[in-house]
Amino acid sequence: MKRLWRWLIPLAALPVLALLAYGFRVNPRDIPSPLVGRAAPSFTLQTLDGAPLSLEAHRGKVVVVNFWASWCYPACYEEAPILERNWRAYRDRDVVVLGVDIQDTREAAEKFIRDFGLTFPNARDLKGTVSVDYGVYGVPETFFLDRQGRIRVKHVSAVTDEVFRATVDRLLSEPRTP
Amino acid sequence: MTTDLGYGMTLVALALAVYGGAAAAVGARTGRPALVESAQHAALGVFVLITACFALLTYAFLAFDFSVRYVATNTNLGTPFYYRITGVWGALEGSIILWSWMLGLYTLIVILRHRDSARELYPWALATMLGILAFFLLVMTVAAPPFQRQEPVPADGRGLNPLLEDTGMITHPVALYLGFTGFTVPFAFALAALITGRVGDTWLVLTRRWAIVAWYFLSLGLLIGGWWSYHVLGWGGYWAWDPVENAAFMPWLTGTAFLHSVMIQERRRMLKLWNISLVILTFSLTLFGTFLTRSGVIASVHAFTQGSIGVFFLSFLALVVLTALGLVAWRWEALRSQGELDSVVSRESAFLLNNVLLIAAAFTVFFGTVFPLLSEAVRGVKVSVGAPFFNQVNVPLFLSLVFLMGVGPLIAWRRASWENLKRNFVWPVALGIAAAAAAFTLGVRSVLAAVTFATTVFVGATIAVDFVRATRARMRTGETLLPAMGGLLRRHNRRYGGFVVHLGILIIVLGVTGSHAWSVQTETTLKRGETAQLAGYRFRFDGLTAVEESNHFKVVGAFTVSNSRVLDVLRPAKKFYPQEQSPIAYVDYRLGLKEDIYLVLGDFARDGTQATVKLQVNRLVSWIWIGGVVLTLGAVLAILPERRRPA
Repeated sequence: MKRLWRWLIPLAALPVLALLAYGFRVNPRDIPSPLVGRAAPSFTLQTLDGAPLSLEAHRGKVVVVNFWASWCYPACYEEAPILERNWRAYRDRDVVVLGVDIQDTREAAEKFIRDFGLTFPNARDLKGTVSVDYGVYGVPETFFLDRQGRIRVKHVSAVTDEVFRATVDRLLSEPRTP
Repeated sequence: MTTDLGYGMTLVALALAVYGGAAAAVGARTGRPALVESAQHAALGVFVLITACFALLTYAFLAFDFSVRYVATNTNLGTPFYYRITGVWGALEGSIILWSWMLGLYTLIVILRHRDSARELYPWALATMLGILAFFLLVMTVAAPPFQRQEPVPADGRGLNPLLEDTGMITHPVALYLGFTGFTVPFAFALAALITGRVGDTWLVLTRRWAIVAWYFLSLGLLIGGWWSYHVLGWGGYWAWDPVENAAFMPWLTGTAFLHSVMIQERRRMLKLWNISLVILTFSLTLFGTFLTRSGVIASVHAFTQGSIGVFFLSFLALVVLTALGLVAWRWEALRSQGELDSVVSRESAFLLNNVLLIAAAFTVFFGTVFPLLSEAVRGVKVSVGAPFFNQVNVPLFLSLVFLMGVGPLIAWRRASWENLKRNFVWPVALGIAAAAAAFTLGVRSVLAAVTFATTVFVGATIAVDFVRATRARMRTGETLLPAMGGLLRRHNRRYGGFVVHLGILIIVLGVTGSHAWSVQTETTLKRGETAQLAGYRFRFDGLTAVEESNHFKVVGAFTVSNSRVLDVLRPAKKFYPQEQSPIAYVDYRLGLKEDIYLVLGDFARDGTQATVKLQVNRLVSWIWIGGVVLTLGAVLAILPERRRPA
């Protein structure tokens, strides 16, 4: 008996360790956006190739609006190939990715698009009105819109494959009409 | 190229550390000195390789080698030369290299110093240190590799966090990590003592000086961190009970407890279990601190970024804690005390109480720091406890500790007689009461400030009483005043070093009390040429200028400060970095022994006609830094080898 209880000493540390492990499950910086659940603000911009880009034109599809900048290193550099890969994988299934480049120069933005071989439409938000409408605090931020044009998920920091697939698959599985 | 070379060297270092750790352990177990010697060579190899990694990364920074991801993330073409060097350890990956490098250095010193002096413990201590080093090298290869390739290579990097562009950032991490890693040595010897079953005094005597060194660097790191916070962050304070600060403060508290409880074991053969536990706790808290600041589990103003590294650190922390406590349970019988407490009025009990208070403070800080996690786990709501909680609980604890600082060193061992108490404490108590009365007549109405002041004077007086008495005793043997004092300091350097450290702490306590009780501040908007007043000073706004720097743009305000005459022109600024969302405040100040004048620029009109400014007159803050210098002198004195000649 006397010998057994002392082995409780190391066990006493377990609850503390468990609490710390629990910390991995939660994000201390998670701040909800008031825009989630509301209709996405509409916009019309011009892509870097000169084509018009409007949100209205994509109504009825699942839309991923990604705010980025060429100076946003490293997060934007991390997610660029991921966005491109998923855009290619999902483009035939009524999903569209729209890139909005903010506070950037034309040359740097073009180089960024070239370097990563981005093929989804990218436009510059010259006046900054779109980023203000979406309450963009920093880059990168990504908004996932459902077929009804409502913002459903706001993702801060680089998008990962898991986030992209899980979110878009969920939005695609919803019925077309409310 | 750079990345391949760096990564390769890290891998080889990892393999060597694993081999060395295993060789030292097997050598210790089977009693084969050749294996231990081989482990020593491996440790040397590890150190050389980490040094090379460090040099390579520094070179990549200086050469703007953006093909290295870490360089691209933490520097850009505009970063000044000086900060390209400090940028090496400005973020997570580099800080791990610095950490490993120091650990490697400490391991080498342990080899040089203890290879012949502690035959039984040394091989196990070496194995432990190499094992810990292997963990950090594993982090460098898997979880936070500094040599990661960046593809495509960006034309320019992101730039260093502007808040880290400060001289304090060279010394602060270096001192802090020297403190953190320094506690590895006492831990390694404690573990060796548990493994070999030699839990007597040997490991304590071997590591006593190590513990002082580590404690000193940790103190220095905390103080420099406070100075950085004070003159860079621009909120006018030096300590905010932020999780990152707490992370460094907790091992400091338990380390302080250890430095004191060691003396009881040396003298009275008591507290073996307690001392071993304190070392385990202190080392675990240094790991916990690293986990906290690098895992992103708890939000903090200046934490590093998150990643898989948190899982690594938590697993390692669990391994360390469970192994060490398991060994304690295994050696339970041997760790039981021989001595008994004779009386409540004795030095032992003063030291014990000191330990209890320090541990209580450490627990409070721990509880407050993990509280957001706890409340989310239990109630599902994220609630943080702020500075009021920490202050309310800790201020009485710290005040009692300061009081004990006066009692502990002078009260007799075993059982203090009435004579002993009268002889040592009548004068200090009288002076303390007189100080409180003087403070009251001078208009101090804050009870807390008056009590602190009285306690500080009491402790200062006990130190003076002891020193005067000891000097007199030496003078009776024919020495003159100065040689008597010098001889005292040299021969009893550990005791008097401790006293000088206590003096340093007292001075810091005065600074903290004064700044809390008497600092004043105001925020006001001034048109050009207008004047604001605060605490007898006048501040005239003279206008704004814009300056383009190599990596940022800044707007500088000019404020003429005067009382009866013009004292100074202060130029607080706002710096705009392209990579930052919001501007960074640049504080300007005029330091003084009595008070600092401290200006922070707020909003301003673009045409320069008006500006909002925060004016602060911070009282006695300089004494915190002066206390730090005194503390340094005391620590150096205490670490010097003891020179006791036969009397």
